[in-house]
Amino acid sequence: MPIGVNIYRPDWLLMVLIFWNTILPERVNIGIGFIAGILLDVLLGYSLGLHSLAFAFVLYISSANHQSMKNYSIWQQTIVIGLMTAFYSLLVFWLQHWLTDAYFHFNYFWPIITTMLFWPWVFWLLYRTKQKSML
Amino acid sequence: MKPIFKRGVPIEIRLFFAVVVAVGMLVADGKFATFQPLRNILTSIVTPIQYLSSLPTYFFTESSQRIRSQEDLLAERDSFIREIMILREKEQRFTTLESENKQLRRLLEAPVRINLPKTVAELLAFDNNPYVQQVVLNKGALNGVYTRQPVIDDKGVVGQIVDVTPTSSRVLFITDISHAIPVRNQRNNTRYILNGSGNINQLSLKFVPHSHDLLVGDILITSGLGGIFPEGYPVAVVEQVVRDESRPFAQVTASPLARLESLRYVLLLGSSGIINSSANPESATPNKLIGTDNE
Repeated sequence: MPIGVNIYRPDWLLMVLIFWNTILPERVNIGIGFIAGILLDVLLGYSLGLHSLAFAFVLYISSANHQSMKNYSIWQQTIVIGLMTAFYSLLVFWLQHWLTDAYFHFNYFWPIITTMLFWPWVFWLLYRTKQKSML
Repeated sequence: MKPIFKRGVPIEIRLFFAVVVAVGMLVADGKFATFQPLRNILTSIVTPIQYLSSLPTYFFTESSQRIRSQEDLLAERDSFIREIMILREKEQRFTTLESENKQLRRLLEAPVRINLPKTVAELLAFDNNPYVQQVVLNKGALNGVYTRQPVIDDKGVVGQIVDVTPTSSRVLFITDISHAIPVRNQRNNTRYILNGSGNINQLSLKFVPHSHDLLVGDILITSGLGGIFPEGYPVAVVEQVVRDESRPFAQVTASPLARLESLRYVLLLGSSGIINSSANPESATPNKLIGTDNE
């Protein structure tokens, strides 16, 4: 993947976590998010705990509202996902700013838009996988 | 309707625990770097994932390398031959200059510079990480890579190693916001500290007095003072000098000479053995001098 595309890359992990949290809130919630966050931190070389914290907050919001999330139409979901990604990106930025004085740049927020664009497809794909595995 | 949480731990409490643990780890790791050993273990565990995720990129570059026309290859070959001729000619002069320099340094009783051992490494992964500028290389502790090892490419300094696993290692770019490198101006030997800006093609010089003789186009080379980077490698070229008298220092930006954005192969410089832990107490790790035995 060329580096130029990197800034537009959607938050795949966040989408997958929110999806499973909506479908199986008793299985996938803050604990799984926390572990996934640590793995992501190690893989991408962030300070340990940064993504765990961000995922914990986002999954808290998503598990608190999973009932209404389930009943939303796909477009409403997309908007909610956008808001959650924005919150997540802001959290990551604030933590980075606190740790290393990273300065604000609008490029950091492209993933919000791409995540919203990809959400319907990811939802459909994961939903189909889920249906198949349940059969 | 099933209850949300069968085991009965409310999500608020889960969140509370997660936040406490995460903030604790952030402070310990991010601010004081106490988790380095744990981190190394975790990184070794996730290395297979890294290899897997780099497979598609590897596959695409490899297959595009295979499907190439003969004309392309011939043209490339010609340009390589030309380059080799030019480099050979330079090398002829370089060897005489090197021996002359050695003799002169001996006369001055200055320490003679030793040829550093080098390892070639290939880029394994580029992190999708806007805040931290790092890449992962395909050489690790088994190849003699050690923490704080300097990394260069064919144009200039790239950065230094920050994490090592047995088979891979992570390079922090000189442009990362947390990175600083001691340099000197090639033209007049003034010393500076070159900081990363968080932007992949920009560096900034800190604490430059207005009176300093620093011009756009000056080449900054490593001064060797920090004990990490060996002396004399080109780092950056000065791009802009703003002398605003209302500020205490001049604002100087530079751009890195290494092609950080299109990096593929890099050179890991081994330790010469002269730079020992006394110059740099916090880097006195036991694997400091492993790099001497490669190639």
